[in-house]
Amino acid sequence: MIGADSRPIRTSTLMLRLLLFAALAVALMVTDHQGQHLRQIRSALTVLTYPLITIAAIPARIGGWMSDTFTTEEKLRLRYLSLEERHRIVQARLQQYEALEAENRRLRSLLGSATRVSDRAVVAELVEVSTEPFTRMIVINKGSFDNVFLGQPVLDVYGVVGQVTEVNPHISRVTLITDPGHAIPVQVTRTGLRTVLYGTGDDDTVDLPFLTASAKIEKGDMLTSSGMGGRFPPRYPVARVTEVISDPNEAFLQIKATPMARLQHHKEVLLVWPGKTEPLPVEEQ
Amino acid sequence: MKVSALTRSRLIIASTFVVALVLSVVPVPTWAEQFRPDWVGLVLIYWCMATPHRVGMGSAWLVGLLQDVLYGALLGQYALSKTIIAFLAVKLHLRIRVVPPWQQAIAVLVMLAIGQLFVIWVRAVIGKPIQGFSYWTPGIVSMVVWPWVFIILRDIRRRGQVR
Repeated sequence: MIGADSRPIRTSTLMLRLLLFAALAVALMVTDHQGQHLRQIRSALTVLTYPLITIAAIPARIGGWMSDTFTTEEKLRLRYLSLEERHRIVQARLQQYEALEAENRRLRSLLGSATRVSDRAVVAELVEVSTEPFTRMIVINKGSFDNVFLGQPVLDVYGVVGQVTEVNPHISRVTLITDPGHAIPVQVTRTGLRTVLYGTGDDDTVDLPFLTASAKIEKGDMLTSSGMGGRFPPRYPVARVTEVISDPNEAFLQIKATPMARLQHHKEVLLVWPGKTEPLPVEEQ
Repeated sequence: MKVSALTRSRLIIASTFVVALVLSVVPVPTWAEQFRPDWVGLVLIYWCMATPHRVGMGSAWLVGLLQDVLYGALLGQYALSKTIIAFLAVKLHLRIRVVPPWQQAIAVLVMLAIGQLFVIWVRAVIGKPIQGFSYWTPGIVSMVVWPWVFIILRDIRRRGQVR
């Protein structure tokens, strides 16, 4: 490398410095993994990274703006028509829903149990940036200024998306249900069977480990959030079972499912403030 | 505005790191995610090699920490990985400098792969293991783009008289 600086550096302390910085990093990791002590530091550092995230999101924004601006009238008309049709269908279903909700409230009051308060939801827009490779996270443009809280459930119109795992003043990070470190308590709607659903890191597969061969579950079963653990509100669709393999050599069934939420095609998600809920009654088998 | 040569050097080096950090979070389709080179690692290796008295493990640690925050990863994970990479780059800088860029690329692959190993290790320990072999593709893509990164950064260093 011609012209490079060849001033000598102190190589004698190299090893020492390596040990020092490596130890510092390990100490940081241990503390961060143990609990939430470093939340303040992370939040403070986000002040530095927030501009970077804003810059990184520009290309996607321009792309979105372009596709919004340069669409043909024909396309818009078709979209309008299909949306109108969808709206009509949804509206029709909603009529039924309102009647059912009223009926449900009446039945609950007859049983003497607390009525279920409906959940409040706010739309959050996605900040289109990548996160750590091989994790499944998204960044949204709402933060502690909008009363976002740690562990808050996030949905889209099709099902459960994930939960908020990092809150900063203006942006938050949501860990998706497909993240390899994520688990959500679910219930099979058909049989009432309760279990826990784990992410795999794969976008359209989630796992249901630890179910024995006697478990009442089969392909096509719908999994909804059970509300156990108190983090996710109950009865939101989570995933549909796609595969149940029973291997006599294995202690547990190998069950795969596909998330209901369209995790790949998000532009917006719903932040939910759960209303007061009653735990699900134990259903007799 | 008149700035000293030292301040100018520092500003130029810092801005290349900023660009690398932004490039590491620019959104790409999911399938392309595994082909994203380790921009921060590449820039780090270059500066450790060209100006080892200016950029070393301390800078690597700080940049790594920023990458952790940017990625939402465990704090310290990339700081550790980048420190290791910087150590190797500073340790070997005299030997790598003298060979042409395409040969340097091989050394770059080895250094980044070792750094990557620590990321994999940490993630396995905290229970977020990585499945499949796609974790090695960023290193290989980084190796391929190294000669261009090298040429661009060398031009920046010469024009800006970074020393």
